[in-house]
Amino acid sequence: MTQKEKLVVIGNGMAGVNTVEHILKLAPNQFDITIFGSEPHPNYNRILLSYVLAGDSKVDDIVINSYEWYKEHGISLYTGETITKINTESKTVTSDKGTTISYDKLIISTGSNAFMLPLPGADKEGVIAYRTIQDCEYMMEAAKNYKKAVVIGGGLLGLEAARGFLNLGMKVDVVHICDSIMERQLDRTASKMLQDKLESQGMNFLLNKQTEKILGKDRVKGLKFSDGSKVDADLVVMAVGITPNVQLAVDAGIEVKRGIVVNDFLETSIKDIFAVGECAEHRGIGYGLVAPLFEQGAVLAKNIAGVDTNPYEGSVVYTKLKVSGVDVFSGGQFIDGENTKSIKIEDEFSGIYKKVLIRENKIIGAVLFGDTSDGSRLMQMIRNETDITGFEKAAILQEPGENGNAGSSVADMSDEEIICGCNGVSKGEICSAIKEQGLTSVEEVKNCTTASRSCGGCKPLVNDLLEYTLGDEFDKSAQKETMCECIDLEKDEIVTQIKEKGLSHVREVMSVLGWKNDEGCSKCRPAINYYLGMVNPEQYKDDSTSRFVNERMHANIQKDGTYSVVPRMYGGVTNPADLKKIATVAEKYNVPKVKITGGQRIDLLGVKKEDLTNMWEELDMPSGYAYGKAVRTVKTCVGEEFCRFGTADSMGMGIQIEKRFERLNTPAKVKMAVSGCPRNCAESGIKDLGVVAIDGGWELYAGGNGGVKLRKGDLVSTVKTEAEVIEYTEAYLQYYRETGVYGERTSEWVERLGVQHIQDVLADETKRKELCGRMDTALSVLKDPWKEAVKSEKIQKDLYEVIEAK
Amino acid sequence: MNNLNGERSWVEVAMYDELPVNSGKTVRFKDKELAIFRLTSGKILVIENRCPHKDGVLAEGIVSGEYVFCPLHDRKIDLSSGLVQNPDTGCVKTFDVSIENGKVYIDLLEKSEIAS
Ligand SMILES: Cc1cc2nc3c(=O)[nH]c(=O)nc-3n(C[C@H](O)[C@H](O)[C@H](O)COP(=O)(O)OP(=O)(O)OC[C@H]3O[C@@H](n4cnc5c(N)ncnc54)[C@H](O)[C@@H]3O)c2cc1C
Ligand code: SF4
Ligand code: SF4
Ligand code: FES
Repeated sequence: MTQKEKLVVIGNGMAGVNTVEHILKLAPNQFDITIFGSEPHPNYNRILLSYVLAGDSKVDDIVINSYEWYKEHGISLYTGETITKINTESKTVTSDKGTTISYDKLIISTGSNAFMLPLPGADKEGVIAYRTIQDCEYMMEAAKNYKKAVVIGGGLLGLEAARGFLNLGMKVDVVHICDSIMERQLDRTASKMLQDKLESQGMNFLLNKQTEKILGKDRVKGLKFSDGSKVDADLVVMAVGITPNVQLAVDAGIEVKRGIVVNDFLETSIKDIFAVGECAEHRGIGYGLVAPLFEQGAVLAKNIAGVDTNPYEGSVVYTKLKVSGVDVFSGGQFIDGENTKSIKIEDEFSGIYKKVLIRENKIIGAVLFGDTSDGSRLMQMIRNETDITGFEKAAILQEPGENGNAGSSVADMSDEEIICGCNGVSKGEICSAIKEQGLTSVEEVKNCTTASRSCGGCKPLVNDLLEYTLGDEFDKSAQKETMCECIDLEKDEIVTQIKEKGLSHVREVMSVLGWKNDEGCSKCRPAINYYLGMVNPEQYKDDSTSRFVNERMHANIQKDGTYSVVPRMYGGVTNPADLKKIATVAEKYNVPKVKITGGQRIDLLGVKKEDLTNMWEELDMPSGYAYGKAVRTVKTCVGEEFCRFGTADSMGMGIQIEKRFERLNTPAKVKMAVSGCPRNCAESGIKDLGVVAIDGGWELYAGGNGGVKLRKGDLVSTVKTEAEVIEYTEAYLQYYRETGVYGERTSEWVERLGVQHIQDVLADETKRKELCGRMDTALSVLKDPWKEAVKSEKIQKDLYEVIEAK
Repeated sequence: MNNLNGERSWVEVAMYDELPVNSGKTVRFKDKELAIFRLTSGKILVIENRCPHKDGVLAEGIVSGEYVFCPLHDRKIDLSSGLVQNPDTGCVKTFDVSIENGKVYIDLLEKSEIAS
């Protein structure tokens, strides 16, 4: 047997390991592979660090290849070891720990270093970069002890870091040298819209500021700017750019300009040494995004494995900001110039901006804000240099119509082209998975290939690929937002069928409408149960086995399997007698933790399920519904009764609303609040329905949300009397009940239907009265579940008993 | 296979008729906690009451056919094999059940132990 060739890779990051993955597929037995990485981790998805910082992922979740993977493929991995020397004569590399290894082929994929501004004080404790897991962990740790972060740099990375800090509960200022953020990706209009949106999320911007000095003794205390102003900071993150990590190559005499110079086959100036990723410079360009690096990797892998390949000719790049609740996309060239024309849509009302730049009848760039669904389609047109001469101009910004002539075809893409930038999945991989595994939906492609599993930006392309690969077998109906995997129908279709066919049981709906699984799943069962109850409140008998545990048990399940009990406390108002009762019960049942909830109620946490019904009996208070897709709480401020600013009785109003709507089932949880004046101490602006007293009346705000997707409510009506507040609330909630998709919060619902539409419905007296009528019926049948459970031995036995076997 | 010889430990846990249909119930025996399910089909299946993901209590999950959905993060688990379904992985222990004279008995020997 011939000896295997020795392949050494310096850099255990996204580009290097991706290249190795390709090589393993092309030539699994050709090489003895060794990888060196300075970081003490297997390779991970650097892009997703922003999600780790934002608290949406854990470090473990972003590892791309585990240590086992390296082992399985016989790769020798040296983590925490930095190569300090390449000897091109003896063809060896040497690490800082003294390891020397010889190579036949060498790949340099050392990435970049974060660029640190050489400011006085930049070496103080608390001044860091944002690049690695270690940086990310440092920031998360710092957030526990410090309050105020400053991010220098208003680009993609800086904004993602800033969003992370907000999630970590810190205050954050973003310092930027220009007068508009993300100026390299966005035009002014989009930049301003983005800034407004981020400001509404709590970010503060200091634009046009040049940092002069970092203040503090040992640890950073603040920043001083060239205009003399200052700002406090406990933590400073520099996100002002990157510099390719090229020192090794320079020392080894490899040609380096800004990056390591490579040709179209990723070869450096020295034979058998290649470079790929951020450290490389191709045709004068260094790329700082993963999609181009993966394209390079695919070419390099073929070159090294001796497989024929087309040259790498550069990439058209695009960016997408990964910040929750903000959709921004930009690709290609987007700043108007000579002989460019643009097509624009600016919808200030819905916060949508789209711009496509055209030169010589070809689309050369696009900026999208608020709705980025056109992004991948436009990118295709940019890459393919599609001639748009025959196109209806306005149609370019819409989904391709029947004849599809505004679109562009995935058919034209090469198999190597990366579809999912986050996970590096190419067209070829997706198509063969579709064919070989018989996939038929985006969901299946996602589970099988991981394409679109991270940011989801490539979903439309994956869908196009399905259509293209399956041809006639492609089932359009399977691609819509169906309720779940059990059925190809959407919510509206199901509700219509329930009404038309007079369906009245969960199982009946499933068998009549042709469910694929006899008994559905955890997604459709609760939804159908809700729809049936909504359509027929008086006749429908609730199916508790189709309810999520919290609603079946009428208490919140906690992670250890205990429950939390929250008694109803209308408007957040209580009295000494109730407090005593709660205290006595808590003591008697050894409740481990008593807490005030975000909705101003008392939460008894850590209760065993066997104790629930006894506690409820002794509390003898109504259930607080802190667990259901239902009306939860109405938070109130003190209002005119005590507050020196109050102009109305907010407590009284809140209590009235809560008493009227308690126990009402809704598509998702509903939280409300009433404030006694525009100072808004009850935080009515971020509630599903917020009521704010103004002089001589009340304002109603809809669709606010303080949760994962922070959203400020929209003013939908201004009314005069308390009776009108109730009437409008009835109509609003009932309309939401009837048109909301199960699981959809009002914040999403308001955006889907449009604020204007909801204003119109509420303003229409006939509609309002009809809605109120149906609300009356819905409310008339509700009973307190705690009382029911206390009364019924069967319920107690079925749901709360634990069998002690002997 | 030696476990099969007389070491089975059948424990009486409930009357068949008293088990609620299509939802789980917690059974405690010494330091073990199991979840017992009476399915729509009439079948009784028993698994360990802890999800392999993050210890979710499975007795409280939504039951569909022969699967239970963990109430904490919705992993789907096959009640008869104990296998967590794609794309997630893992498994829970399963236990044999026998019904005599309307009484339900569980064999506290894990099936997986018998098999190995
Ligand atoms: C927080 C964050 C968010 C991002 N978000 C996006 C995004 O949304 N979209 C996007 O396209 N891109 C994004 N990027 C950029 C993207 O992560 C990089 O373009 C990509 O990781 C570069 O890959 P690479 O392999 O060239 O470098 P890296 O992934 O940085 O890998 C280089 C590795 O080499 C190691 N190394 C360096 N020198 C040596 C040596 N001498 N010896 C041994 N090992 C060495 C380093 O420790 C490092 O692990 C983001 C980057 C960051 C930091
Ligand atoms: S919202 Fe107005 S009335 Fe209510 S407590 Fe605040 S200041 Fe007082
Ligand atoms: S209570 Fe709400 S905000 Fe707090 S950890 Fe649980 S889900 Fe998150
Ligand atoms: S604990 Fe069961 S799915 Fe997470």
